[in-house]
Amino acid sequence: MATKNYQAGVKEYRETYWMPEYTPKDTDILACFKITPQPGVPREEAAAAVAAESSTGTWTTVWTDLLTDLDYYKGRAYAIEDVPGDDESYYAFIAYPIDLFEEGSVVNVFTSLVGNVFGFKALRHLRLEDVRFPIAYVMTCGGPPHGIQVERDIFNKYGRALLGCTIKPKLGLSAKNYGRAVYECLRGGLDLTKDDENVNSQPFMRWRQRFDFVMEAVHKAEAETGERKGHYLNVTAPTPEDMYKRAEHAKTLGARIIMHDYITGGWCANTGLANWCRDNGVLLHIHRAMHAVIDRHPKHGIHFRVLAKLLRLSGGDHLHSGTVVGKLEGDREATLGWIDLMRDSYIKEDRSRGIFFDQDWGSMPGVFPVASGGIHVWHMPALVTIFGDDACFQFGGGTLGHPWGNAAGAAANRVALEACVEDRNRNGAEGLEKRGGDVLRKAAESSPELAAAMETWKEIKFEFDTVDKLDVVHR
Amino acid sequence: MTDLQDYHSRLSDPASRKFETFSYLPQFDDASIRAQVNYIVSKGWNPAVEHTEPENATSSFWYMWKLPMFGETDVDAILAEIDACRSANPGNHVRLIGYDKFAQSQGTAMVIHRAPHSP
Repeated sequence: MATKNYQAGVKEYRETYWMPEYTPKDTDILACFKITPQPGVPREEAAAAVAAESSTGTWTTVWTDLLTDLDYYKGRAYAIEDVPGDDESYYAFIAYPIDLFEEGSVVNVFTSLVGNVFGFKALRHLRLEDVRFPIAYVMTCGGPPHGIQVERDIFNKYGRALLGCTIKPKLGLSAKNYGRAVYECLRGGLDLTKDDENVNSQPFMRWRQRFDFVMEAVHKAEAETGERKGHYLNVTAPTPEDMYKRAEHAKTLGARIIMHDYITGGWCANTGLANWCRDNGVLLHIHRAMHAVIDRHPKHGIHFRVLAKLLRLSGGDHLHSGTVVGKLEGDREATLGWIDLMRDSYIKEDRSRGIFFDQDWGSMPGVFPVASGGIHVWHMPALVTIFGDDACFQFGGGTLGHPWGNAAGAAANRVALEACVEDRNRNGAEGLEKRGGDVLRKAAESSPELAAAMETWKEIKFEFDTVDKLDVVHR
Repeated sequence: MTDLQDYHSRLSDPASRKFETFSYLPQFDDASIRAQVNYIVSKGWNPAVEHTEPENATSSFWYMWKLPMFGETDVDAILAEIDACRSANPGNHVRLIGYDKFAQSQGTAMVIHRAPHSP
């Protein structure tokens, strides 16, 4: 029934958007934010403000609010929790009705969830820690073009992780010299090689020549080894039109896999390219340049587990996940958490891994986590233990830096991987990290390439403390 | 550090052909094959045996030896089928597979007998 209730002015957000009695619906999109307010702003008010500014609200009352059923459309802050070991920040849980979002559009969801609200003056910092996508929303998204199982069948790789390598130097090689580096890696025993993220189509190596020479290298390595190989041809481009043109040429050359940078390239382009890949039977490797700008600060931005979920919805068959053991940032338990979110079909809430919600992916395929950055043969026992088989290990310097060249470096990595998997199958994953040294030394007896690699990298470790840790009491 | 070594691999040399998982390790002895059969059984996967002529090894589909051994957990029985396939096809590669019906994929696959190289 209509009532006279329009009053111009500014209302406190919590009168409308703080609803601790609310029970989230199965169809709601749920978000957990870590809020650090300006001094003097009450918790409930800040939480309600985040709910309002990321959904239906604005700073003042407007008469057009009364033309709709705001109680149906508004986001609701429904819970607040302390952050362990932190007195100035707290978690706010917000529920959004599914009708607020366009189907199949991560672009639309995140334009709301991480839009204006992140510049809101009443907050000092704001971080999106996790998002629960209801199965009803998941089913509207295309997801990975193929997924882990289909990729295994396409590449004929079973019972072990995939092995890759990023071609270096990142910039400056001619197309033919670049193809040479690819060929050497693949004939030595790697499954996959990769364009580095900033290799697009520069004056020193235009994309078409790179694609042509690289695919000649792939085809020859396949004939020579009898195994199926791939190279992630980076189709990231200045415009979507250029991106599709490059993808079409890759397909014409028989490429089984191409590559895109989903953050710098943009989520609109990524979702479109994932659809193209599904239609054309081409696998899609995803790089994550710029992610650390967004996800590294523990109090501001978007946690990587959210960016990983976003990619699984938008579409990609591989996604870089961090290595835990290499040169780049990544807390072990948190990494295990987002690896599960990439690969599994149902993930339970688990605060010890930083997972705030149950997540049901239904039948959406899984994404291969890619471990890349500063890893070499001595890391292999740990990588096999941490990641298991459904992962891609990429040894850039750890292949190309071998004293005898790429082919020997590739063979060393392949022997190390197979020796660790053989031992794990025989003796169990438990204890593999401890047995690893002996396993590698024994394998090196019949592989001079591995022996040389072990000698080259025996002293290299990366033992710095992580900047972004899980929130646990540490005082 | 040992001296720089050439990587020996040739299109013209059949010994350069590889067979995916474990093909960069020395050929397995009987104890190693038994360990891998044990692993397949312990994972609850269905063992299967396939074989092919070396010249047709790049196909997705090798010849199935009988049917996958659904529910078979007797390691000796599985090893006996591997031997039977090998005796019946002495010139062929023989592959051991563990079918993971929940993943709807092969949990593992490995060539456990490599055919002798033809000159």
